[in-house]
Amino acid sequence: MSAELTIKDLWAQVEDKVILKGANLTVRAGEIHALMGPNGSGKSTLANVLMGNPFYQVIKGEVLYKGEDLVAMAPDERARKGLFIAFQYPVTIPGVTMASFLRTAVSARRGFDKDQLMSLAEFQKLVRAKVDELQVDPSVLGRYVNEGFSGGEKKRAEILQMAILEPEIAIMDETDSGLDVDAVKIVAAGVNRMYETSGRKMGVLVITHYPRILKYIQPTRVHVMFDGRIVTSGEAQLAEELDQIGYDGIRAQYEKVAAEVAGEGEVRSAGKVFWVRH
Amino acid sequence: MAIANPLGIDLDQYKYGFHDPENYAFKSRKGLDREIVQTISHMKSEPDWMRAVRLHSLGIFEKKPTPMWGGNVAAIDFNDIYYYVKPMENQGKTWDEVPADIKKTFDRLGIPEAEKKFLAGVGAQYESEVVYHSLREEWTKQGVIFLDMDSALREQPDIVREYFGTVVPPEDNKFAALNSAVWSGGSFVYVPAGVQVTVPLQAYFRINAQNMGQFERTLIIAEPGSYVHYVEGCTAPTYSSDSLHSAVVEIIVKEGARVRYTTIQNWSKNVYNLVTKRAVAYRDATMEWVDGNLGSKLTMKYPSVYMVEPGAKAEILSIAFAGEGQHQDPGGKVIHAAPHTQSSVVSKSISKSGGRAGYRGLVKVYPGAKGSKCAVRCDALILDDSSRSDTYPTMEIDEDDVQVTHEATVSKVSDDQLFYLMSRGINQDEAMSMIVRGFIEPISRELPMEYSVELNRLIQLEMEGSVG
Repeated sequence: MSAELTIKDLWAQVEDKVILKGANLTVRAGEIHALMGPNGSGKSTLANVLMGNPFYQVIKGEVLYKGEDLVAMAPDERARKGLFIAFQYPVTIPGVTMASFLRTAVSARRGFDKDQLMSLAEFQKLVRAKVDELQVDPSVLGRYVNEGFSGGEKKRAEILQMAILEPEIAIMDETDSGLDVDAVKIVAAGVNRMYETSGRKMGVLVITHYPRILKYIQPTRVHVMFDGRIVTSGEAQLAEELDQIGYDGIRAQYEKVAAEVAGEGEVRSAGKVFWVRH
Repeated sequence: MAIANPLGIDLDQYKYGFHDPENYAFKSRKGLDREIVQTISHMKSEPDWMRAVRLHSLGIFEKKPTPMWGGNVAAIDFNDIYYYVKPMENQGKTWDEVPADIKKTFDRLGIPEAEKKFLAGVGAQYESEVVYHSLREEWTKQGVIFLDMDSALREQPDIVREYFGTVVPPEDNKFAALNSAVWSGGSFVYVPAGVQVTVPLQAYFRINAQNMGQFERTLIIAEPGSYVHYVEGCTAPTYSSDSLHSAVVEIIVKEGARVRYTTIQNWSKNVYNLVTKRAVAYRDATMEWVDGNLGSKLTMKYPSVYMVEPGAKAEILSIAFAGEGQHQDPGGKVIHAAPHTQSSVVSKSISKSGGRAGYRGLVKVYPGAKGSKCAVRCDALILDDSSRSDTYPTMEIDEDDVQVTHEATVSKVSDDQLFYLMSRGINQDEAMSMIVRGFIEPISRELPMEYSVELNRLIQLEMEGSVG
């Protein structure tokens, strides 16, 4: 079946702190969703929960991926089934070259048998094409995974991994943060190209604090997260409106609704913010 | 093209734990006394001086107390060991001359295949004797001598007598004394001045019998300006009772020469591996020890370099991997006894499933060794809570005008690293093994490709089922 990611009333915690408080979101094949929100609203928690980071615990709700229970799957299984996350803070793996890491990863993704890797010739052809396409310095392949990479190099290496693994649903966790405008443009162009290459079938969830990247990646839908829930959703122009009222404006609306909805079971709204109580 | 398995490292559990039937030419009774030592010397038709060395060494062995530091060597029952086992009457010059079952063993270990593909010469020791030995003609023509030690004593008596026991005297320690008393087999390498042996020589050591003691003796002499890389590998069958491997290696690196000695020991987990390895480096000479310890029950081995003239250099790279029931106590010693000498020690130890691994080292700088430099780096990776790492660095610096640095780290595999790799589709075992391979990469990249490939495969195997 085509990839579809459905998040239903998802609650999750880190250690003893509940961060996600009933998130709902569906990303279908070919859709580009932007998830915005202030720091600490739970965006990155959602991304990590979707990829199966063991540091986060799901306490309630469900996530279906291609109709299967995603929460029950180990992270590597999720990845092999076509889910990808470009991390906000990629991890360093000393002594392991990018080339060897990528070859192992793409072999796993393409279902090569255990202990079998994609042939070196095929792998090099693939990597060369992607490196050219994304304008990545090929010397990165001989370096150890993320070791000594600048912020921009790390983000571009994440996009390179994404291009090579060809995910069906890709999550980009604040890939734009810490990048200058030129780097944001390059990253966005890479994502757009992958989207086109997939025949516009790849689903994308762009998580970002700033609307800037959404000038270069055209979202199908924009969502705003606040206090662990998606409090408003809309078309692409929502990002611009948000730019005007700011997160403080959203916060004021949210607090108003939150006060009204207490103890009641209906849909409430104030300005852009609505809340469906479950 | 890498060959499958040049050092017989297990690809499927401990694949080399099999043993052959014993159709031996001679097997001594168990235990050790003057009669056994005399029998060994007699059977080898040795000169009197060597018999005297052996008997003298036996006396030292008997007098020296069992070391109480390091691992538990007190558990070894010296009376329950066969000290000399001669598998066949005469050494083979071709593999066809080696008895079929012994040849089959080396075939399974991949030695003849490796010899064909990338080695300058091969020695294969089975129990106490070297059963096969060869050196390619292009090297014999240049005057390189590569023999088993017993043949060297017959064919090159003067050189052997000049150097034997000069680097590691029997008085050095209890196990050096034991080896000097009952030694058999091992390699003799002589490289004439200026000759560069550009492809490795390899020796392979195989224990087959139960309660066996293997005591090979190796002597390498690199004349001025020469170069040689000597590689050794080891395996043994898995028995419920213990075997003992106690070698002595002496290396003389003369002016401007360079010797690299690489070991990848993969003894089965019932072998005590207690080895004394030492080199003397003269003016501007370089000695490099690359020491990989993966197998054995207990390994105590501290390859040393005595830098006795100005400009001598020492490099020691050590990997220790200890799994369940294993204690790896390797390390190294660098002795700066002349000005402007340089040394570097890098140790990487990994412990898992209750294993114990670490580093024990000595840096000694004598007064007057001005302008010398030494850098020691020890990294330990502990894979679970039941495993242990020990670091015992000793520094004796008796000269002010020196630069000595020491760095040590102990780390665990981080959940973040595992998650990152797994998020790319890599399963947990493979992710763990990748992290471990990355950890030892600074050393494995120093190995010839065939060996580093094999080392990585071994690590991968050891890691399987280690998590989750």
